Amino acid sequence: MTKVIDFQTDPSKYRHWKIEYDGPVANLFMDVDEKGGLFEGYDLKLNSYDLGVDIELADVVQRMRFEHPEVKVVVMQSAKDKVFCAGANIRMLGGAAHGHKVNFCKFTNETRNSYEAALAESGQNYICAIKGACAGGGYELALACNHLMLTDDSTSSVALPEVPLLAVLPGTGGLTRVTDKRKVRRDLADVFCSVEEGVRGKRAVEWGLVDEVFPNSKFDEAVVERAREMAAASDKADVEKGIDLTPLERRISEGAVTYSTVEVSLNRDENRARITIDGPDADAPADMAAFTKVGADAWMLRCARELDDAILHLRNNEKELGLIEFQTRGDPARVVAHEALLLDNSDHWLANEVLQYWKRVLKRVDVTSRSLVAIVEHGSCFAGPLAELLWAADRSYMMLEEFDGDNRPLATLTMTDGNFGTYPMGNDLTRLEARFYGTPEQVQTLKDSIGEALDAEGADDLGLVTYAYDDIDWEDEVRLFMEERASFSPDAMTGMEANLRFVGPETMETRIFGRLTAWQNWIFQRPNAVGEDGALQRYGSGVRGKYNMERV
Amino acid sequence: MLDLINVSYDTQIPNNVGLSEDKKVLKALEKWHPGYINWWNDLIPQNFQDSMVYLRTAVSVDPKGWAKFDYVKMPEYRWGVLLAPAVEDRKIPMGEHKGETAWQEVPGEYRNMLKRLIVIQGDTEPGSVEQQKFLGLTAPSLYDMRNLFQVNVEEGRHLWAMVYLLQKYFGRDGREEANELLVRSSGSEDAPRMLGAFNEETPDWLSFFMFTYFTDRDGKMQLESLAQSGFDPLSRTCRFMLTEEAHHMFVGETGVGRTIQATLEAMNANGITDPYDVGKIRDLGVIDLPTIQKKLNLHYTLSLDLFGQEVSTNAANAFNAGIKGRYMEQRIDDDHQLQNDTYPVTSIVDGQIKTEDVPALTAINMRLRDDYVRDAAGGVGRWNKLIAKSGIEFELKLPHEGFHRQIGVFSTVAVDPDGAIMSSEEWMKRQDEWLPTKADGDFIQSLMVPCYEAGKYASWIAPPKVGIDNKPGDFEYVKLHMA
Repeated sequence: MTKVIDFQTDPSKYRHWKIEYDGPVANLFMDVDEKGGLFEGYDLKLNSYDLGVDIELADVVQRMRFEHPEVKVVVMQSAKDKVFCAGANIRMLGGAAHGHKVNFCKFTNETRNSYEAALAESGQNYICAIKGACAGGGYELALACNHLMLTDDSTSSVALPEVPLLAVLPGTGGLTRVTDKRKVRRDLADVFCSVEEGVRGKRAVEWGLVDEVFPNSKFDEAVVERAREMAAASDKADVEKGIDLTPLERRISEGAVTYSTVEVSLNRDENRARITIDGPDADAPADMAAFTKVGADAWMLRCARELDDAILHLRNNEKELGLIEFQTRGDPARVVAHEALLLDNSDHWLANEVLQYWKRVLKRVDVTSRSLVAIVEHGSCFAGPLAELLWAADRSYMMLEEFDGDNRPLATLTMTDGNFGTYPMGNDLTRLEARFYGTPEQVQTLKDSIGEALDAEGADDLGLVTYAYDDIDWEDEVRLFMEERASFSPDAMTGMEANLRFVGPETMETRIFGRLTAWQNWIFQRPNAVGEDGALQRYGSGVRGKYNMERV
Repeated sequence: MLDLINVSYDTQIPNNVGLSEDKKVLKALEKWHPGYINWWNDLIPQNFQDSMVYLRTAVSVDPKGWAKFDYVKMPEYRWGVLLAPAVEDRKIPMGEHKGETAWQEVPGEYRNMLKRLIVIQGDTEPGSVEQQKFLGLTAPSLYDMRNLFQVNVEEGRHLWAMVYLLQKYFGRDGREEANELLVRSSGSEDAPRMLGAFNEETPDWLSFFMFTYFTDRDGKMQLESLAQSGFDPLSRTCRFMLTEEAHHMFVGETGVGRTIQATLEAMNANGITDPYDVGKIRDLGVIDLPTIQKKLNLHYTLSLDLFGQEVSTNAANAFNAGIKGRYMEQRIDDDHQLQNDTYPVTSIVDGQIKTEDVPALTAINMRLRDDYVRDAAGGVGRWNKLIAKSGIEFELKLPHEGFHRQIGVFSTVAVDPDGAIMSSEEWMKRQDEWLPTKADGDFIQSLMVPCYEAGKYASWIAPPKVGIDNKPGDFEYVKLHMA
């Protein structure tokens, strides 16, 4: 797989989704192009999907928020006869390298979360109209919607057939959403996840797998009516016009990926990448009207989009770069000012969208299976949303005092109000709450320093960085860390970091990602699924998987 | 001891499965029975329900005399549960369990797969009765009406047979599926039948004959494959159903043949030699041969769709599991496991029709369809002999497999009856040359006037050579109740 997977797309390039806008209701049709697979070797039959289909869906969801804020209800449905969605394409999964499977699942999970949360974050409610077979990843697609309607034609069903059919799990949130979101009784969930053909009609409602069923002849009408009702009942403020998410400025070269505010340099010899973020080079827009006018060019939005794309690019196209180093450059006061405009106007739709987007981007950083380190050099601007990167990272190093021959402004870090609730992690804690899980009173103490440009000593005293080193130690310590990190087993790193990053309470989101990494990835490695005689490998051949019956 | 050859009529349901001693299943079936009778009663117009029809009823599974003929009102027909006699020490004939003793109970691991196959098969049986429910009103003779009803009641019995298996072997799920079989209905918007061909209308008698010839032949192929099943009760059920199915093929083949015969005779009597002189031929009250070809094209291609995707995981799974075999499995000279074999399958590569070898296990559907095509060609040959004998120059042809397909590799390309790929615009423009138009349908419909007088036939169809049960030409096959 040498082809670059590009996460940027736009409606003119869609091959798998169609949208019809009808005032506050958008009808989103899944219509997967069989021949439109991202890679060779499989056809996307029966609305089955691969990463390419999901990249488009993620784009749909993102543009729905920014470009179509007038939309209050999105009805996800199939444009194909007799099938809603057959789930992730099995031949694609069977043929894919383990790393690709994991990244695929992770991205699809993030996309599911993004439209599931669109109601709470943006007032856009995704509901789902299911006609025909809705199986595996297809039902997971539906589960992330907030209201599920199923036609009662005595054939259409919802199903999670992964276990009986493929010897893997419905791991894109399937198991977790069945119990945690739909609150299906666990023994019924056990039955449901063991039968290939799933559950249809009224029983699907009784078990809580869907919200409503309608006779087939009334179904389309009922869906239209339900969507209208929900749009009318929505408390989302009316917004006349969105902004355009214009194409990102991006250059990909052999050793770097360069955006307008983000520079990714690839150090393949030492298996690491550096992401350098440039702070704003101009003052913040005067008000939200000015911000809206600048739109996608506004630093807060542009930077989030570029960072998001950079992370996805590294995850999927640079798998051997096991360490990501975050650096920033610029004036921290300007970062604070740009963020402040949005924080002060958080009831403005676009301010809200941009802040919510930062939240999602930072969550994407949290669940990235690479060692993350923040390097706070002189001349950097770790403030507000950029400061979050310090606490998303597994470790941070900060320059202490003046360095010989370095005339950049002294390294500081600046906390803002945003660091105390605007960008929570998947476990619903702020990164500071997670960092000081054992000493919650410290978080209160930190509030006294909001807005203060803390130097290394101050930051170190408050526990905000791992190490502060001066001129004498800096180079060696940072080099030693990086070399040591590069020598560890990447598997052990992934496991250790995922454990340490998410302290404390479980949420549906942490359960989805946690269960995915722990269980699905284990199962995806086991011979019972992916061995030569395993069920996933043999799927489609007619020959059953051969299992080693020993319980582990 | 149960008498397995002579059907026990001591309960409501004729059977050779010891129902009277199987209280649980008997109860389940008796519960299902009223729904079934309602379904039947709502289906076919009342005056036919009250008519006496000369029908054969399966009374035994003895190959020498399994049926008896008598007048019966259809709702009183005795839909029985009859399994072909057990083969002693039968082995599973194919797949990974080949050579193991056939299963008398459902193996847990294959329960869902078996249930799905039985449900799909079961769903087609009442489907065709529903499609044909109004044909009695336009029957071209009492002989044909009787044949129609014979086919109908036997399809009804086949439904019974599948329902028995569901009730007996699949617990609560099976009972629910049995009920759903009565909920779905052909062409219904709310709950259509599962397969497309069973939701198409059967608007006229030529369609009925084409349907029984082509579509019931798919049923025959499916039953032949299920008759190989390692699940012995399914195998025995299907083997017995096949004895009845043969009559359905017969009705189709002779029905089309007699339609052609009437056309040929009328043309010769009026000195018409050009089969394309459609207007003149139609004026004689018969169906011109080009229109018959179009009907053939339609029904043949709809039936090909019933074989599903050429390369199919489900079919591979079912074969490997020993649940469903191939046509004439025993006569095929291979290892019956197919783990290392290949089979040629058509595919579309760069807009060309190509053949490529794929793992034979995954090509089970393709193979069955190939067998079907050969089987279906036989009757067409016999029809052509009739035409040749008349001296009229015309030949009926099975169109190319890629023509007019909705399912499988050909569904994405437009192919003409000779197998040439063309643009879909071109195809749409020319489809009236190949498929019946509304005008063709209207014309056929105009001929569909009932002929209820014993021994008489509508203009467009010739009398049969011999009667059913060797009855004479003027035999009153249906004593119509005309209240």
